[in-house]
Amino acid sequence: MTKASDLAPSYDLVVIGGGPAGLAAAALAARAGLATVLFDENPGVGGQIYRAIGFSPVKDRTILGEDYWAGAELAAEAKASGASIVTGATVWSLDPARLVGVSIAGQARLIQAGRVIIATGSLERPFPVSGWTLPGVMSAGGAQTALKAQGLVPSGRTVMAGGGPLLWLLAAQIMRAGGRLDAILDTMPRRNWLRALAHLPDFVLSPYFAKGLKLLREVRAKVRVIRTDRIEAVGGDRLREVVFTVGADERRMPADLLLLHQGVVPNVNLAIAAGVAHAWNERQLCFEPVLDGDFTSSVPGIAVAGDGAGIAGGTAAAERGRIAAIAAVRALRPAAAVPDLQTIRQRLQREEMGRAFLDWLNRPADSFRQPTGDTIVCRCEEVTARQVRDTADMGCEGPNQMKAFLRCGMGPCQGRLCGLTVTELIAAQRGTTPAEVGYYRLRPPVKPITLAELASLPIAEAERKAVER
Amino acid sequence: MYKRLDEAGTAVTITVDGRQIAARAGDTVAAALIAAGIAHCRTTPVSGAPRAPYCLMGVCFECLVTVDGIGSRQGCLVPVREGMAVETQVGKREAGR
Amino acid sequence: MRTADVVIVGGGIHGCSTALHLALRGLRPILIEKDYAGRHASGVNAGGVRQLARDLHEIPLSIASMGLWERIEELVGDDCGFESHGTVLVAENETELATFRARVEDLRLRGFTHEELIDRAELKRLVPAVADHCPGGVVSRRDGAADPFRTTQAFRRRAIEKGAEVLEGVTVTGLTKVGANWRVETSAGPIEAPKVVNAAGAWADRIAAMLGEPVPLTVVAPMLMVTSRVPAFIQPVVILRGRKLSFKQLANGTVVIGGGHLATSNRDRNETVLDWDRLAISVRTVWELFPAMRAATIVRAWAGIEAYMPDGIPVVGPSSTAEGVFHQFGFSTHGFQLGPGTGAMMAELVATGSTNTPIDGLGIERFR
Repeated sequence: MTKASDLAPSYDLVVIGGGPAGLAAAALAARAGLATVLFDENPGVGGQIYRAIGFSPVKDRTILGEDYWAGAELAAEAKASGASIVTGATVWSLDPARLVGVSIAGQARLIQAGRVIIATGSLERPFPVSGWTLPGVMSAGGAQTALKAQGLVPSGRTVMAGGGPLLWLLAAQIMRAGGRLDAILDTMPRRNWLRALAHLPDFVLSPYFAKGLKLLREVRAKVRVIRTDRIEAVGGDRLREVVFTVGADERRMPADLLLLHQGVVPNVNLAIAAGVAHAWNERQLCFEPVLDGDFTSSVPGIAVAGDGAGIAGGTAAAERGRIAAIAAVRALRPAAAVPDLQTIRQRLQREEMGRAFLDWLNRPADSFRQPTGDTIVCRCEEVTARQVRDTADMGCEGPNQMKAFLRCGMGPCQGRLCGLTVTELIAAQRGTTPAEVGYYRLRPPVKPITLAELASLPIAEAERKAVER
Repeated sequence: MYKRLDEAGTAVTITVDGRQIAARAGDTVAAALIAAGIAHCRTTPVSGAPRAPYCLMGVCFECLVTVDGIGSRQGCLVPVREGMAVETQVGKREAGR
Repeated sequence: MRTADVVIVGGGIHGCSTALHLALRGLRPILIEKDYAGRHASGVNAGGVRQLARDLHEIPLSIASMGLWERIEELVGDDCGFESHGTVLVAENETELATFRARVEDLRLRGFTHEELIDRAELKRLVPAVADHCPGGVVSRRDGAADPFRTTQAFRRRAIEKGAEVLEGVTVTGLTKVGANWRVETSAGPIEAPKVVNAAGAWADRIAAMLGEPVPLTVVAPMLMVTSRVPAFIQPVVILRGRKLSFKQLANGTVVIGGGHLATSNRDRNETVLDWDRLAISVRTVWELFPAMRAATIVRAWAGIEAYMPDGIPVVGPSSTAEGVFHQFGFSTHGFQLGPGTGAMMAELVATGSTNTPIDGLGIERFR
């Protein structure tokens, strides 16, 4: 185990996040001779898509599917490359001068980076329905993590709701693993097809087409799929039943576990806190960093690769990581040999091809992104949709002012599960656009840090000599 | 809610509020709680509502627990260790510990 | 051409307070703010409402302000989260305590009684969580704390209700005398008014420079941190003298830790970059002073951009070169408490040409 005190004071390249983008970037950069360190806060590398790769207790390879096991090669490559790979390492700060604050086992350090590649990936889009804070309601991504990392499968009465590729994949994985899945409530609006259809030809040519079709058939053969435009989790101290409407009918389904998912969005917290400019993506309904062709951001020396750069999936993430790493190598060691950039760009283009179709098809309905009434928006501070809407009506123009009025986004998750909802609600209420409203101004630490950790920072030279004003 | 695909694996015992829980090497604290069928791991500091792990990937902060005396750790990021003492958190519970 | 009785530049608590008090006097002010009201120091400061340990020149303004804070809801229609549990200046050793004793004695001779020396027992009674090595301190019992953004917004809202106009996202580009009026060039067109108040905070030197009145203003960004919610354990605001610390628990349980260690800042980009080595110094101080806090977590840190004057006290009063222009800036990291009273004083000064609240020693001419 690497300790904080084992780290060098500076590295040519600091890669933050050990998913496909981070692993591919670290491997390429280290091979080209950059002193490279990769930090990941999880116990192992792989990110969410290749979660627990190399450690997964799921031995039957058909359960998770071959796409999952492909991650082993990336992890092995990174390990063999000479990059320092540090897991259990939480990056809590990154500033525009590329000073990286990291904590490992309760010890904090500040590390200077020549270049930084942020590869913190995506997180699941908030799914604010009534009752989503009840114990027994989880994100589908969470259930998939438990399957990959601990071999846990749902065994009680289980309902899934939402849509998007991950939901269908998880459903198939649960069924293959012999888990229980009673129903899938499909919340994706049927009219999404109208927008998606124009992009069907590209999708047909993409690697996702055949896989997706096969997956849908596999799931539909085994699980009841019900289309609905309203769901509600009901219970006292824990989930008791899922209530949903089909046409004009209200239906109730007793359940122990409700798994929610309506797509993924870039995990923007670290990049925003580092000062990286972001822009609204209307197709994917999220903020994403403004990047050049090498995935370099508005802050010199800081790149964002992988799904954090805009959702495109795991294979694309690895290619993006390589492109960002080549840019880092060219900046720091122009003479070093690197793989052919054009080939990588072509592979990336092929991966990104079917994206528009998937995005339009899996675009969540307004009602599942812009809740009403007493539905909780900010889980940490328990702020409801009504409060946010009323405060917007009172004249509150943006999420940062909203924080001051309602404390939404000020709890420990730092807006990760309410940021997009609050932005969209303000926009809807004030008749403007999310682009206009903007996002939370995020501040480090991007992960809470204990006083003990901060106190453990090595005492800086400046402080020893300090003459306090 | 959940079952283990494979009961094999190295057994690790942790305590949750003093009660012994059988976990496996490779579990995180949050996964061990879920596997043990523990319904909720904390109550909120605002209304006292019960909460349980939600995302299991370090994002939601619902699985905050006290681990070996240190409050508000993200249970989904902490691997279990033999003899680890986990306490569920009731509302505001950090200072004065 | 837009006209007003007074143009106020800057939508911090000072500009908003002056706007409200001018409107209450029946004048029609227009306030111009380049971002939005409370975007910078006024909205993100530690919220301390403190008379304690102030420079002698500020004490009259501070006392006038305290009176307004105590009826803040009546004044602005919002309690602003104001709570009064006192401020305690903790002495960490006998030498400090002796210095404090001399200060309290000096104030008493000048007729100010708001600062009161306390011994170890009274300190422990007021702040039971404080570490045992502290021999006493000074308390100002009427002091307290408020929610800074909410307060600034409340002043803004009430000012508008009373007839002020607030233009946000508008910048001032020029200031020229046209006849009896000042013509204020803005990104939203020119505005003419006989009087102008410069309450532009960290940007106020640029307004002064338009009048040929340069001031040695430094742009600073004091850093603050806040913890997650912890059980209630301390009521007064605690400050130190020897080491930089201000420490306060809010009603919601979170603890705000500040004290004046500075971030680097860039006022042209509204940007601050935190200095974690210096925040760690604050944390080590808390570690020693409040052992109960050691397991708490920091959830956010930030810094607000503001103006610091070489002598650490504000610039308040008429311009020394431009008739009809008044300055109200440079509060040097402790201007929040002064907002209500300084706005009232400034409105009086602008409207009548004089004020009953002494502001001697605060004029801009001291930098000539």
